[in-house]
Amino acid sequence: MTSPTIEIKTEFTGGLELLFSNQRKHKVSLPATDLNGQPANITFLIQWLCEHLMKDPRKDMFVLEGSVRPGILVLINDADWELEGEEKYELQAGDEIVFVSTLHGG
Amino acid sequence: MAPHVCEICQTARAQILRPKNHARICAPCFISTFEAEVAETIMSTELFQPGEKVAIGASGGKDSTVLASVLKTLNDRHDWKLDLVLLSIDEGITGYRDHSLEAVKRHSAAYDLPLKIVSYQELYGWSMDQVVAQIGKKGNCTYCGVFRRQALDRGAAMLGVGHVVTGHNADDVAETVLMNLLRGDLPRLSRATNILTHTPSAAKATADSCSQEVSFTDVKRSKPLMYAYEKEIVLYAHHKKLDYFSTECIYSPEAFRGSARTLIKNLERIRPESILDVVRSGIDMAKLVPGGDINCQGSCSSNKKQTVAANADNEEEAEGGCGSSNGKESGGEMAQMELKLQQDELAETSGMETEIKLPAKVTQAANKSDLSQNTASTGMSSIPIRTKQTKSLGKPERNVAPPKQKLGQCERCGYLSSQAICKACVLLEGLNKARPRTGIEVGGNPG
Repeated sequence: MTSPTIEIKTEFTGGLELLFSNQRKHKVSLPATDLNGQPANITFLIQWLCEHLMKDPRKDMFVLEGSVRPGILVLINDADWELEGEEKYELQAGDEIVFVSTLHGG
Repeated sequence: MAPHVCEICQTARAQILRPKNHARICAPCFISTFEAEVAETIMSTELFQPGEKVAIGASGGKDSTVLASVLKTLNDRHDWKLDLVLLSIDEGITGYRDHSLEAVKRHSAAYDLPLKIVSYQELYGWSMDQVVAQIGKKGNCTYCGVFRRQALDRGAAMLGVGHVVTGHNADDVAETVLMNLLRGDLPRLSRATNILTHTPSAAKATADSCSQEVSFTDVKRSKPLMYAYEKEIVLYAHHKKLDYFSTECIYSPEAFRGSARTLIKNLERIRPESILDVVRSGIDMAKLVPGGDINCQGSCSSNKKQTVAANADNEEEAEGGCGSSNGKESGGEMAQMELKLQQDELAETSGMETEIKLPAKVTQAANKSDLSQNTASTGMSSIPIRTKQTKSLGKPERNVAPPKQKLGQCERCGYLSSQAICKACVLLEGLNKARPRTGIEVGGNPG
């Protein structure tokens, strides 16, 4: 890929790691802009993760109707994503995005 | 987006948006607020007596991990002098429970709390792996749920503990309230919504709850986190960096609870207050249910009063199942529904009659007496709200519930039961006779 990319850290916990090769932390490098040339935001990240990082076929355990499945918490640099603009938050290089499932039992 | 500032300390960056009131607060303020609220719940309901021995039903999952951590913290902070122990059930599910028990062992060391593990194998002679090998993956949740209920009580009794706390959170309770509504089972609401339940024999023996002599029929149950959002429990664990284990049970999931759960989570996204509102509605509705005299003394009169659960059989049933809330020694009323579905299916396939008709006379009589009571006191409602319905296995007539069921003890194991033989013993007998399901069994032992 020739287009510029940004590097961020992602983490999957609370059972979500099971969907991502049983590995909690993944450094990812994704295109800095989406297909429409807009800066990469959380919506784009989720879609990108689904297509490029998630090997598990059960996509609906992570994504429903274009957003994360209700019951999965998203933390942007350790703060609730609701405080940061949710899907519209524009990713910055070095950001840490954590996805935590509340849906799994013990 | 400009960062928000914590509404409490006014200095740090806000990291948490509280679902209950939309407050934006920082992680340290969140931790202390969360702990203060659990302490408030415990103190306002006088949940524990000073010096009481309390077993924490510990699965290694998020809820029981947070419960253990918070109780340990509060006990030290407020000098409650509680004698806390961790109590885990080993269902014998390889690849699932063995891993989560490792987490519990780490908690035991980290929080300096003694740990007791009781296994299905030692209690019943059957691990869940063996049960599944015999009956298949379908329907095994029923066994697991019925066995777990007794296992916690028996484990507590072995430890000389008269009070077991579980990690049920507000989302779990809301889920259960919805499920009770969806299947028209209002009488069960009070059990789901009461913070503390215990059995009649325990009521008599309350004074002895600190003594060493605890019968396994005398164990109180409570859920100190029932007003805590699941989101906040997970965030508490995250920000306190608690180590917990999360997975799904490898055996069958509970479809109906799953749907209720999805509904709750969808509602939360649109209006987070909904979860606590459903819990509150459940508490309020429980007060209105006829026959509530046996069920909701706690929530009706005062939260301080301890509640006498209707009967142990109902508890046994109600605690069944695991599914999505698995491992939390869950109140899987859901298992009931699943059980019913299985039975219907089984009945269909085997050409048996399904449990459709309620023995009309008895039920109406029961309703009438309930209603007259109800109308007399409130002057309202002539809608026949059903009281405890029969949930028995293919033998509806047997335990059609009058408002108060007679509670006895199982002839075989001595566990509380409204039947001559408790459900666990019936299931075990089936297993031991290598019969696949109890639904087929006609074991004439009317309670």
